Amino acid sequence: MDMQLVFDWAWLPRLSDGLIVTMQLTGACLAGGAALGLLLSLARVYTRGPVYWLASAYVQFFRGTPLLVQLMIIHFGLPTVGIRFEPFISGVVAMGLNTAAYQAEYFRGAIQSVRSGQTLAARSLGMSPLQTVRYIVLPQALRLVIPPWSNELVYMLKYSSIVYMIGVSDLMGVGRTISARSFRFLELFIVVAMMYLAVVLILTFALRWLERRVHVPGLTTTGRRG
Amino acid sequence: MNSDSADHLLRVEDVHKRYGREEVLRGVSFTMERADTKVIIGASGTGKSTLLRCINKLTDPDQGRVWLENQEITGRRAPVNRIRSQMGFVFQDFNLFTHLPALDNVRIGPQRVKGIRRREATTLAQEALATVGLKEKAQSYPAQLSGGQQQRVAIARALAMSPKLMLFDEPTSALDPELIGEVLEVMVKLAKEGMTMLVVSHEMGFARTVADEIIFMEGGVILEQAPPESMFRNPQHKRTGEFLRKISDLYGESE
Repeated sequence: MDMQLVFDWAWLPRLSDGLIVTMQLTGACLAGGAALGLLLSLARVYTRGPVYWLASAYVQFFRGTPLLVQLMIIHFGLPTVGIRFEPFISGVVAMGLNTAAYQAEYFRGAIQSVRSGQTLAARSLGMSPLQTVRYIVLPQALRLVIPPWSNELVYMLKYSSIVYMIGVSDLMGVGRTISARSFRFLELFIVVAMMYLAVVLILTFALRWLERRVHVPGLTTTGRRG
Repeated sequence: MNSDSADHLLRVEDVHKRYGREEVLRGVSFTMERADTKVIIGASGTGKSTLLRCINKLTDPDQGRVWLENQEITGRRAPVNRIRSQMGFVFQDFNLFTHLPALDNVRIGPQRVKGIRRREATTLAQEALATVGLKEKAQSYPAQLSGGQQQRVAIARALAMSPKLMLFDEPTSALDPELIGEVLEVMVKLAKEGMTMLVVSHEMGFARTVADEIIFMEGGVILEQAPPESMFRNPQHKRTGEFLRKISDLYGESE
């Protein structure tokens, strides 16, 4: 038995291609999820009745069922009713719908921690509800949401690895393919893990930099001081 | 509409407001003329703050009507935001926008609500800050200002909209005693310059200096309304006299 660890540099270009797919997938689902999540959070904070209940049901459903099951429904289930996606698109849709539910909760928490007195003050100036949200609530909420949002980014980057199961050649998928031919499981997956870790660390630091960059004195998650 | 409503700057007619079982306002009516300063006093829970909020419709009155000049804010299709933008509101706990420096707090109203160009809005904001004596704090965030300074920025924020009427809801109640004076000083100055002001406050010194009239509220109605000297010397109701004595013991009658 060969006890030596071997790493073939010829694997690296293919692994890098996989990493790019992983990052595209994560980026697309996070962006879509942020847009949808923001709308869901606004619906949950500012509306009552059917819109509120729909948004709440959405959040409960996608947070209460496994991402892998959601992916299977979308990629293998939906073709039964005539809706068929490429594997990459299925991945983006499933992960985007899923992260939207989580991001909605982060946005909701941040919006609700903006002091309600400021909303009153904005209305007293004659701002419409929409202007109040745009100029007063969101600029604060988006700053407050950065820390939980960076966690979500890290989760999605890592969980995106499940898409290899529907045949996407992401970092995990490429690792699986090469290892199945070379039988260098240990070496390959250590390298794959390191590549995930490197991206996670870089993005975490980038978001911490952004958080400091947009920091405002006195703006904390409770919105109160002293 | 009533033809005489245009003659008054503000006209409040039979305003009622109920929270659950409790009727906080039980039919309040009064008028204000240009450059009037009126101070509303009364025990807590008698509907003073609710009345102020019904006037600019931050709270919806259940019944009754409110006119600013000839515009009825309580009308069914009233342009509420536009009428509201003509009334400044100063809150007990300042409610400055945390994420904006003082200058931006003051500028955002003229710029976003009135659509004034950024450069002119900046000038307006600087002037308003100068009026409250805080020109040099333009770049400070609310968290970097004392309570008194925050409240003065809040007054400047309302002033920058060139309001026809300023509503003050206990503007000094949340302040440490040594910071009250600087806020009252600004308010006295505004009153003397002819701003129309409706002030909920227990600062009797302020009321005596600038108020044309004191409005005494009790149990959701106006019990008595009179110029400060006559109300102090010769209250018409027993309750008014009792309240004035109590409040004078607590706050001191003079500055």
